[in-house]
Amino acid sequence: MSEILLQGKGVETFYGKIQALKGIDFEVRKGEIATVIGANGAGKSTLMMTICGTPRARAGTIVLDGKDITQMPTHEIVHLGIAQSPEGRRIFPRMSVFENLQMGATVDKLRHFDEDLAKVFALFPRLEERRNQRAGTLSGGEQQMLAIGRALMARPRLLLLDEPSLGLAPIIVKQIFAAIKKLNQEEGLTVLLVEQNAFHALRLAHRAYVMVNGKIAMSGTGAELLKSPEVRAAYLEGGH
Amino acid sequence: MEYFLQQLINGLTLGSIYGLIAIGYTMVYGIIGMINFAHGDVFMVGSMVSFIVLLALGVTGGSGAFMIIFALALVVVIAMLIASVYNWTIERVAYRPLRGSFRLAPLISAIGMSIVLQEFVRIAQEGRPKPMQPLITGGYELMHRTLAEGGDFTVKISNMQIMIIVSTLVLMTVFTMLIQRTALGRAQRACEQDTKMASLLGINVDRTISITFILGACLAAFAGLMFLLYYNVTDFFIGFLAGIKAFTAAVLGGIGSIPGAMLGGLVIGMIEVMWSAYFSVEYKDVAAFTVLVMVLIFMPQGLLGKPEVEKI
Repeated sequence: MSEILLQGKGVETFYGKIQALKGIDFEVRKGEIATVIGANGAGKSTLMMTICGTPRARAGTIVLDGKDITQMPTHEIVHLGIAQSPEGRRIFPRMSVFENLQMGATVDKLRHFDEDLAKVFALFPRLEERRNQRAGTLSGGEQQMLAIGRALMARPRLLLLDEPSLGLAPIIVKQIFAAIKKLNQEEGLTVLLVEQNAFHALRLAHRAYVMVNGKIAMSGTGAELLKSPEVRAAYLEGGH
Repeated sequence: MEYFLQQLINGLTLGSIYGLIAIGYTMVYGIIGMINFAHGDVFMVGSMVSFIVLLALGVTGGSGAFMIIFALALVVVIAMLIASVYNWTIERVAYRPLRGSFRLAPLISAIGMSIVLQEFVRIAQEGRPKPMQPLITGGYELMHRTLAEGGDFTVKISNMQIMIIVSTLVLMTVFTMLIQRTALGRAQRACEQDTKMASLLGINVDRTISITFILGACLAAFAGLMFLLYYNVTDFFIGFLAGIKAFTAAVLGGIGSIPGAMLGGLVIGMIEVMWSAYFSVEYKDVAAFTVLVMVLIFMPQGLLGKPEVEKI
């Protein structure tokens, strides 16, 4: 097995007095796709944000490649090579598509901008067509592509994807998952994926966690969880 | 007609000064959602520092053109520097610790800082108005007419007015380029739209906020110098009224919008001058603030307010 890239131990996060994460242990190894599945409100997005230090974990440690990042400011954490396509996409609505991608390259200081831009446009040709359009006027799917493209512009070692399939047409979901797989296989990009669309995510993942109510309820390889009767009953049957 | 033209020139001059100050209000509001009520006093500090430096340099209207230009360049730099230090410090000590507190807290703190600056300058520099000899004199006659009722009326634009209007235009262009085209400006706009996301992309939000205060202070200091040169007088209290008018301008233009602040400044300057010219000088402030009330009632987003059409 490859080395551990990201590891969390006993991570607890609070929103005021409400505890959203109740002691989470997880790891992501270099070159793999890890996924966290779970129902709405289980704490998946909180986990993603806590990794980036916003909000900060109140207890536990988060270690990136041997370095404790639990107490680091967000902008310093992401400079270590974590990029996130967050819940709700959070593109900058009053900037153009191009400017959003420029913002994505902040960590890289625009050093490989042209090269990376070409890659992102190759991955999502639609973004090239919309290049000078205000991002706020894009459709939901296009905004999702932009959020992922923007995260890739940072040349991350670890890509955090929060619900990339949310609100997208099935064909686009397929495209996006194919793109994630390609990035992982061809470029060795490590991915931590949060999904409600458990079927797609588990098929893709080398490692998977099921989150229930702020805790990890189950973990294993993607294939194992796909077969697990509890997971099937709770997240897979009906619809998918 | 000639009279109107003259008022237009005067209004444009005054409006430029208001516009420069208004940008500081609007940028700070855009990024941290609060009104920096001490901003008008930063403008006053800029004007006061300009006065002191000019006095120290000993330049007068009689000095050579080269000397005057050199002195003014030096004054601009020093005034901007000192105003920046003030505004930066204000943010650090009075606003940053209150971030995340209830909304009124930084507002109260801002009013406190405004009083601190005013009183500090009043005590350190004495309360008397500080007059100076006109530094830039002369001008051009644009139109001349002998009136039927005797006497004549001349439309004039003074060199000082030309300088204010032109330098405001130049400063605005440079500033707009900075915001629209540079990485710094992009970071500033990103923080304004989504602070958390900006930090997730590696932007140091605290630093960006500090830079915003510094940029606002530079424009205000420049406006302070222009005010001093235009009226040839300054005192510790000029920031109050000018600040509130510039704030009105920012609201009129659409708080958060930089072109809006400039436009709002011009409109407020114009209203004030036209009201003084055609109605009564005594009520010019009433006219300006009536506009604020009207805008708040009928057009709360202002002239160029942000269009909130965003797909979710």
